[in-house]
Amino acid sequence: MTNSDSDPATGAAAAEPSILMCPPDCYGIEYEINPWMSRQRPCDHDLAVRQWNDLRRLLEAAGAKVECLEPVPGLPDLIFTANAALVYRDQAVMANFRHPERRGEQPHDEHWLSGRGFRIHHLPPDCYFEGAGDALFCGDTLLAGYRIRSDIRGHFQVGALLGCRVIPLELVDPYYYHLDTCFCPLDDGMAIYYPPALDRYARQVLSALVPDLIAVDEQEARRFACNAVVVGKTVITNSGCPGLHRQLETRSFQPLETPLGEFVKAGGSAKCLTLRLDGEEAAAWRMPNGRNSSGSCHC
Amino acid sequence: MNRATQSREHNGGPCFEEVEIHGHIIDSLILPKVLDCISANGGTFRIARISIGQARSDPSHALIEVHAGDPAALSRILGQIADHGAVPTAAADCRLEAADIAGAFPEGFYSTTNQPTEIRLRGNWLFVADQEMDCGIVWDPHAGAARCAPMNEIRPGNLVVVGHAGVRVHPEQRPHDSHAFEFMTSSVSTEKPKGVAIREMAHDLAQNRASGGRTLLVGGPAIVHTGSGEFLCRLIRGGYVDVLFAGNALATHDIEQALFGTSLGVYLDRGGLAEAGHEHHLRAINRIRRAGGIRAAVEQGLLTSGIFYECVRHGVDFLLAGSIRDDGPLPEVITDVLEAQRQMREKIRGVTFCLMVATTLHSIAVGNLLPSWVKVVCVDINPSTAIKLTDRGSFQTVGLVTDVEPFLRVLVDELAALETTSPVAAGQPQEVFPS
Repeated sequence: MTNSDSDPATGAAAAEPSILMCPPDCYGIEYEINPWMSRQRPCDHDLAVRQWNDLRRLLEAAGAKVECLEPVPGLPDLIFTANAALVYRDQAVMANFRHPERRGEQPHDEHWLSGRGFRIHHLPPDCYFEGAGDALFCGDTLLAGYRIRSDIRGHFQVGALLGCRVIPLELVDPYYYHLDTCFCPLDDGMAIYYPPALDRYARQVLSALVPDLIAVDEQEARRFACNAVVVGKTVITNSGCPGLHRQLETRSFQPLETPLGEFVKAGGSAKCLTLRLDGEEAAAWRMPNGRNSSGSCHC
Repeated sequence: MNRATQSREHNGGPCFEEVEIHGHIIDSLILPKVLDCISANGGTFRIARISIGQARSDPSHALIEVHAGDPAALSRILGQIADHGAVPTAAADCRLEAADIAGAFPEGFYSTTNQPTEIRLRGNWLFVADQEMDCGIVWDPHAGAARCAPMNEIRPGNLVVVGHAGVRVHPEQRPHDSHAFEFMTSSVSTEKPKGVAIREMAHDLAQNRASGGRTLLVGGPAIVHTGSGEFLCRLIRGGYVDVLFAGNALATHDIEQALFGTSLGVYLDRGGLAEAGHEHHLRAINRIRRAGGIRAAVEQGLLTSGIFYECVRHGVDFLLAGSIRDDGPLPEVITDVLEAQRQMREKIRGVTFCLMVATTLHSIAVGNLLPSWVKVVCVDINPSTAIKLTDRGSFQTVGLVTDVEPFLRVLVDELAALETTSPVAAGQPQEVFPS
């Protein structure tokens, strides 16, 4: 693990996008907190390590600098760094996990992010909030999934804290329990989504807010097509999402796939395994040349 | 039916809770979703207040009353809309503190208004009974009820609400439909067409009688001095008055007139001063005291006419509260003011309409006791009477500045006209105004 080479508050930054990941040394299906998880279907640890390393290589090839959080025994889901916090400029709003099984992750996430120079915010303990997994900037608006993991009051508090517009979107399918499992902004006017995972109000709101919505079908949604990582014009997904990839190509994106089946067993895929530290591509506040870059990754 | 129940049913279901929601609730469609959720679950709502954020990043805020048919339905709705961020405004129970001494509240007691009030106990809201301004709220755990209580009635150990947490007040709403007095835009009308006002008052009085409401009349001696006692007698005979509050003076001069034909020694039929007329009121009081009281005098055939004769004959509950300047007083006059207040509180229960005529001090005293949902009409030649009432918190008062005699004469005429033209609207047809 490394510390920052630049203070995020100053914005003195290198050009690369930076992403926080956590190696899957301690990963496994140790409990069941979503419909994907089954202790009867354990992960293949070696395969998981290979898949994680492949994803990391793709991200780095796309121009991202990967920073790493140290794995902690007993915290198998620490690898899903997207849920650690919501990052906004030099601030990090820490998660309040709904499930006790994941609450042990929070001190480790906070320790790393504060060490990295982020100003840390905590929400009241009675507001569940699962970080960037449920809160995605699209332009200057924070789109926020609620009802399954995060609750709406947490999102409104985030809006008040950061002074930004928050549009809560109700999630209705337990298989798509975080917003980033069924929605992925590509830029401030374009996004991938799986409509049946959202209630009708959320679908109506998205139609009004995002002019170009790319819907994925059920088969690809189940392959976590929406759980994509966007770095510049590169969009990385789990394998098995050809329909989405065709659509992305027509829009001048470069879709890439890599097998992530061992993580799908826990209900996560590419996006869940990453936390963008300098702002997602679709976030209006993100500095064009990137920021918050750290030094090299030693994980 | 008590007023609290009426109010709740009028607004929707018998159970309700105030919730608030704060955030980007408009463009996210969260507010319409919450409202749809209430309706889809059989509830109704009223948006009590809403403020919309001006800039794109500004949040909006809505205060919503949620009504449902029963507590279970309300609970179901509240559970659902809470998931969308609509949460009860008062999530805490009220705080109770035992009174440590008699005749005083604990420090920090909740001071009441005359508006419908609820307290929250063990998560449930219940209406406070005997709503009255400038009291405290006492919880009776054995009866499972809360009521307003004046400080002089407090006994050690009484559980008194302290602080504002877990207390909510429901300001009376102005009805959206046509209101009887809506043409009177000011609470005290001095230069408005009085005929129209009195016609509307007559209509209200008749409707109150027809709907089984109780009318309280608070009267001063000018009713007799101005020669309009007979108009009030007609109202009593017509069943338009259920309770009469007054002082020693109204009763004294009414009885003086009945016994001697004078009021303050002046013949009311011809206007001249009677010889030794100044003694009449004292002699009248003396006769009544010798008879054992007004009621006894009627039963003995000594008192055969007048306002209080009609009260006794028609079962109108009257109360006479004394003052420091009273002659006699008449035996029924209650000279202990705290006891008078206590009895007045008992008698105003169920009163739905109050007509205050030509008395300042009694009007203010009664205004202090009445809950805000009792419609009050104050008629006085002095505008300050109605102004004083409003200044002291009886905001529901409609004032009419006029001499009492023409007012009562026109009121009686209007009621007679109502009974002729629309006996149903006028309520129980009785032979009120025999020709």
